[in-house]
Amino acid sequence: MSDNQKLTDVAMPQLAESLVSATIAKWLKKPGDPIEQYEPICEVITDKVNAEIPSTMDGVMGEWLAQEGQTVNVGEVICRIATAAAPERTPSAQPSGYPAQASPSRTVSAEGESMRHRYSPAVQSLAAEHQIDLNQVQGTGMGGRITRKDVLAYIGQGRPAAAATAASGMVSNEAETAAQRSASPFEGMQRQTPAAPTPPPGTPIPDVRHSGLHLTETPKIPTIEVEGMENGRSEYFIDVTPIRNAIARNMRQSVTEIPHAWTMIEVDVTNVVLLRNKLKDEFKRKEGVNLTYLAFLLKAVVNAIKDYPIMNSFWAVDKIVVKRDINLSLAVGTEDSVLTPVIQRADQKNIAGLAREIDELARKTREGKLTLDDMQGGTFTVNNTGSFGSILSYPIINYPQAAILTFESIVKKPVVINDMIAVRSMANLCLSLDHRILDGVICGRFLQRVKDNLESFSLDTKLY
Amino acid sequence: MAVMEYIDAIRLAMKEEMQRDESVFVLGEDVGVKGGVFTTTKGLMEQFGEMRVMDTPLSESAIAGVAIGAAMYGMKPIAEMQYSDFMLPATNQIISEAAKIRYRSNNDWSCPVVIRAPIGGGIFGGLYHSQCPESIFVGTPGLKIVAPFSAYDAKGLLKAAVRDPDPVLFFENKKCYKLIKGEVPDDDYVVPIGKANLLREGADITVIGYSQPLHFVMQAAEELEKEEGITAHVLDLRTLQPLDQQAIMDAARQTGKVLIVHEDNKTGGVGAEVAAIIAEHCLYDLDAPIMRLCGPDVPAMPISPPMEKFFMLNKDKVKESMRQLALY
Repeated sequence: MSDNQKLTDVAMPQLAESLVSATIAKWLKKPGDPIEQYEPICEVITDKVNAEIPSTMDGVMGEWLAQEGQTVNVGEVICRIATAAAPERTPSAQPSGYPAQASPSRTVSAEGESMRHRYSPAVQSLAAEHQIDLNQVQGTGMGGRITRKDVLAYIGQGRPAAAATAASGMVSNEAETAAQRSASPFEGMQRQTPAAPTPPPGTPIPDVRHSGLHLTETPKIPTIEVEGMENGRSEYFIDVTPIRNAIARNMRQSVTEIPHAWTMIEVDVTNVVLLRNKLKDEFKRKEGVNLTYLAFLLKAVVNAIKDYPIMNSFWAVDKIVVKRDINLSLAVGTEDSVLTPVIQRADQKNIAGLAREIDELARKTREGKLTLDDMQGGTFTVNNTGSFGSILSYPIINYPQAAILTFESIVKKPVVINDMIAVRSMANLCLSLDHRILDGVICGRFLQRVKDNLESFSLDTKLY
Repeated sequence: MAVMEYIDAIRLAMKEEMQRDESVFVLGEDVGVKGGVFTTTKGLMEQFGEMRVMDTPLSESAIAGVAIGAAMYGMKPIAEMQYSDFMLPATNQIISEAAKIRYRSNNDWSCPVVIRAPIGGGIFGGLYHSQCPESIFVGTPGLKIVAPFSAYDAKGLLKAAVRDPDPVLFFENKKCYKLIKGEVPDDDYVVPIGKANLLREGADITVIGYSQPLHFVMQAAEELEKEEGITAHVLDLRTLQPLDQQAIMDAARQTGKVLIVHEDNKTGGVGAEVAAIIAEHCLYDLDAPIMRLCGPDVPAMPISPPMEKFFMLNKDKVKESMRQLALY
């Protein structure tokens, strides 16, 4: 140990606010051991914490002034550390005791490398722009920080590229891409945003289609209608029920996402009326269910869809998915809602089977006994709007299907047939279509086919 | 071209504008017979008569109110607040009437008034003669606010303010009055309102400021370049409302290290707005945290000389901050 070494007192630090003393548990450095700054020199026990006491300086442990097991008051000296230590032990030790402020060129070594890997936005932007591996750049800022100027200087030198790329190809590549990633988060976001709607191959397509409103809170089920006090008697409030909320969400999603178009056709259903009148009583007796006009319509629609399968499809952004099964959603209204239970595999059923299904679903809906299975898988929707007297409607597509058809009231009208006026039972069929998938021509043909199917029912048509 | 004091430049601007336009007149406390407490209006009464250089009662609210009314009627008044510290009774007139009349009247009325007010401390003025109230007005749309640091800008900005069709607050720095001299052209030039001015180009740090502290900045920048090779890019905002956003962004991008300097206190000062503009637009160009060197957040300037010295900015404080930022 040379003569110019200096002993510095190390006092017991205040490890917690209310502590007045602590006990030395174990010395980690013996006298003569070299110590680096922040290296623990001893363990202490207090009634609050057990901790290691770090050295505040580089040096060599001089002497212990407190022994293991001894309780020392906060602020009392526990040991002395010799700084400016013997040259043979710590040849590279910084001469401490000088004030830290010094010429800028010295700051790096003097203040360590604590800021070496903290990159400012400017540094990251430049590094990304010029494909620079920041590990190769010398930092001259505080704590070894790479400043914007350092990067500019590095670029100005034409970057000692040989060393950088040859020596550490892999590493620098990784670092570059990492720097690029972190340098421009906005670019990353821009790239991701348009990518999101396009599903990777193999993704189940319906899963991609979430959009529209998502209320996080399930609306309250109304128990009473609340009188709006502040508004006097002029209005009152009805809480939105979960079903109302679901309807609102689906309708809104459909209307906002699907470009609707609309068309209508008039159909002569006189034959259907006659046929039904002939069969309905016997049917009721045999089957126990009503034979409705709707069953005939559904049959006509299913058969038309078979001829124009594109009607049975939905839009999936980069493709159109055409369903082979024809599952008809049936809009069934109640007092305060509308549901669309599904007749599964309607293409496999005859008119009697459809009539039975209609009756079954209508009953379940009224009784509130629909199951999830009853509600799923619809591919095309029919709404019997005539049942509440409508003669014309503009339906909203049952999302995500391609089209919806309404069956309006059957009205007796004078019609010109072969230049003679006849009284016929007429009904309108209205079709709303997803104009991304369907156009006027195909829908016109489809409706024409439905019309033909309906008008070709005769008294000889079999229900089974 | 003549070298003249900052205060002479202001006086010259008023004189030239009064000669040019008969509707320009001056009003304020002691502006007439006395020629202003700082002699800013000295000689104007003799030249233009007491109808155009009016001594008013000690009521800032009345001064501002009369000036605003006259301006709405078509005159071009230059109202003087003897010290900007006394301006607060007029704040309602300025913020609620002058700033809003064009908007409120759907462009039927306007208020081309100029309100001059000396700001700044370091003159042993204490609480009521040293304040920098610009932060009170700077968030008021409808007002324009200028704060020249040089004699040249003082004349050019005051002339621009008189000709501006809307209310302009002209914050002149009272410490600069006699201290700052500069070349001022005799001709009829204006310094455009809303344009910042690049005082100095540099590569290490950007300093943005206005009014008197910029002189410290310029001195410190000289010394830092000579002694340590640190070069500073210095931007004078000149107009505090509306701020020259483009110039601020350009200056910030120049070095990525920004120090904002003003004498008004730090919290809610102009520097906060400048820092916000930079943060909004220049995140990826920043190389260091945006720094502000401002007056401390204490209620007012102390009268005790050592405390006043502590309060005020000076070259050494500015230089040290600039050095720290350069080293960062």
